[in-house]
Amino acid sequence: MQAPTPARDAHIDFADAAKDACVTAVLCFFLLLPLIGFKTYQNIHNEVALETRWPLLFAFVAIVAIGRLLVTLAIAFWRRHRVRRAGAPIALDPTTASRLANTLRWALPLAAGLMLFYGQLFVDADRRLGFDFGAIIAVLAVWRFFLRFAPAHRAEVTKTFKRWFPPFAIGFVLVYPALVLSITGYGGAVKWIDNFGIQILIYVMLGFGLNIVVGLAGLLDLGYVAFYAVGAYSYALLAKEFGFSFFMLLPLAGCLAAFWGILLGFPVLRLRGDYLAIVTLAFGEIIRLVLINWVDLTNGYAGITGIPRPTFFGIPFNADDNGFAATFGLEVRPIYRTIFLYYVILALALLTAFVTVRLRRLPIGRAWEALREDEIACRSLGINTTNTKLTAFAMGAMFGGFAGSFFAARQGFISPESFTFLESATILAIVVLGGMGSQIGVAIAAVVMIGGTEILRELDFLKDIFGPDFDPTQYRMLLFGFAMVAIMVWRPRGLIATRAPSLFLKQRKAISGSLVKEGHG
Amino acid sequence: MRPVPEPLLTVEHLTMRFGGLLAVHDLSFTAARGEITALIGPNGAGKTTVFNCVTGFYKPTEGRIALVHGAAALWAELDALTRRGARHLHRHDGTLFLLERMPDYLVAQRGRIARTFQNIRLFAGMTVLENLLVAQHNPLMVASGFTLFGVLGIGGYPSSERAAIDKARHWLEVTGLTARADDPAGELPYGAQRRLEIARAMCTDPVLLCLDEPAAGLNPRESAELNALIQKIRGEHATSVLLIEHDMSVVMEISDHVIVLDYGVKIADGTPDEIRNDAKVIAAYLGVADEEVEAVEAEVGL
Repeated sequence: MQAPTPARDAHIDFADAAKDACVTAVLCFFLLLPLIGFKTYQNIHNEVALETRWPLLFAFVAIVAIGRLLVTLAIAFWRRHRVRRAGAPIALDPTTASRLANTLRWALPLAAGLMLFYGQLFVDADRRLGFDFGAIIAVLAVWRFFLRFAPAHRAEVTKTFKRWFPPFAIGFVLVYPALVLSITGYGGAVKWIDNFGIQILIYVMLGFGLNIVVGLAGLLDLGYVAFYAVGAYSYALLAKEFGFSFFMLLPLAGCLAAFWGILLGFPVLRLRGDYLAIVTLAFGEIIRLVLINWVDLTNGYAGITGIPRPTFFGIPFNADDNGFAATFGLEVRPIYRTIFLYYVILALALLTAFVTVRLRRLPIGRAWEALREDEIACRSLGINTTNTKLTAFAMGAMFGGFAGSFFAARQGFISPESFTFLESATILAIVVLGGMGSQIGVAIAAVVMIGGTEILRELDFLKDIFGPDFDPTQYRMLLFGFAMVAIMVWRPRGLIATRAPSLFLKQRKAISGSLVKEGHG
Repeated sequence: MRPVPEPLLTVEHLTMRFGGLLAVHDLSFTAARGEITALIGPNGAGKTTVFNCVTGFYKPTEGRIALVHGAAALWAELDALTRRGARHLHRHDGTLFLLERMPDYLVAQRGRIARTFQNIRLFAGMTVLENLLVAQHNPLMVASGFTLFGVLGIGGYPSSERAAIDKARHWLEVTGLTARADDPAGELPYGAQRRLEIARAMCTDPVLLCLDEPAAGLNPRESAELNALIQKIRGEHATSVLLIEHDMSVVMEISDHVIVLDYGVKIADGTPDEIRNDAKVIAAYLGVADEEVEAVEAEVGL
């Protein structure tokens, strides 16, 4: 690197900074013109009318321009400070100065852009679409802090964590309902078990399923929600039409979803990377549009209501004489069904995890990972890559189908609204953030993303700070954007960035994520 | 002349065209059982294209590529099989394959031809041992009941896996990689990656091992070790070798039979000694000392 002259470095170029801010303002103006400058609304004649919002637009442009100016100047001042402190015209330490400057340079505009864009699009959107990465940031901050101040114990702590986390986590989720009941009593427990426990576990299960396709086999699937929908509608229609029980329809729904997985697999076998992603995305939309438009079968937008709820091995959860409460001599409470559903989805999620762990140690699992690493080498070793890809699609789809039929049984009502692209994106985000291929990572990411969204509803104390109109759930997308940027900067390979080998000769060593490929199709 | 050995692989009138480019033109040769056959020639001569045709990665434009497991008497059935339009002929004494009709993975799985790549293709994010187990995919799939029994934990999968690990361990010892067994393949030094690729190919129990420039990027000592390894493979396992190589110290020392390609056409075919003294080969590829150039040019008519 060339040593900059002291004159150049010590001097702060206000003109350049102002010019830069002006360019930013112009860009920002054109970018935000359609997003903020215009607003459509219905006037009293019920016509669509256009309203201009110049003050708001210019306020945004001004904020961005001033922000840009301040950032540029702050970096310049900081540099000068460093140069002066160093006392000699030496090159800046490139590892810190330029890294920070570079990161700020793209991270800030990106975050601002995401914020504005998604803020506009989704502020009024359905509540379920939100994400919250605040907790991830906090965890990462603690982790970075820990790494900085305790490097000597780093390996040891990581090892202990890896050894004890899974049994501890499984133990915790097993006693979770009892824990909640003892803390909140019967009244508040439904919310915590249903909104947190069951909701998170559904996504853990979906994450595990998609992890097989994306994380292990390296096939980017953007339409995973289609299989979730197939499972849900299979259960809903068959249960309503024929009155089959939940536990009978669960495997059937899984098989039907796996069948659709194979059906999707065939046309996309030759596709790779972006092309594969686009076709799977389209597949997800096709399924959703069929569900909307095949009104005779699916009742279209209105959805299917009155889906039979699961029974406790034949004993229904109701107030009748042969109901659950009466049979076991308990008081009639809705919580029993919730707790039962919690354990059903927990069992399903554990089954998925167990099967995936086993599959990874079987030849098929190793073939999936080998396929992700190098498809041509796989073929040169006599591996039928067609079958291997199709089994990955089918396996992933099957677990998606299980989750879907559980979802239908739990809700009692399903409609195409529940199976939008954003649902696929959420599941994919869980898999990518968790660290592709890592079960623990996926589980943690699901807890943080889904649990984080739910916890935002509970942050009522923020109203005391920001006023009674403040609704923290409206900021989910903002947090989502920030967290995405943060993750991409600090842990580009996800939370668990190492791969555990499926078998070993003498010693199990974790494989650095930088060697593991993401797959290309 | 050397005695005519029993053929393992015959390539007849192989032509491979990529649009207007004629990569291989009317090439015929035979690789004999138990021999090391080398394919040499200048860059762009079409050697790797021939490899890709033999291993099923390319479908040849024209030509026939046949392989026999077992009795040499099967060669008599070649024309009948070709007319019948089938891929292979099973008999009690062996099998005859028409490789140009088979997809790449079946060439490896049924035809038992293993290959390595000019630019190494290992599973970089998997350990050395895992690489060797992926190579034993097909027998292990059968042992795990096509995953069904394996997931349920019934059947004899664990013992098959132990056997597979033992085989992997054998090849790790042969290639000197035992100490690195649990390291990711992508972290190995270059020479070790080349050896691992050969070990991985050998774990598929091939009858024919195709090595695409195995000595590229190796130093002289490593080249000498590679020679020993290839000769050991040929000597101790029922595996013949087809070799592409630029390193003449490897080719001339270990090959039994050398085929020279230039612009997709075969210009010579014989023992290393015959090739070394072939005027056409010298002009096209091997070259001579500066002071002899004119004499040689006169001899081949340039």
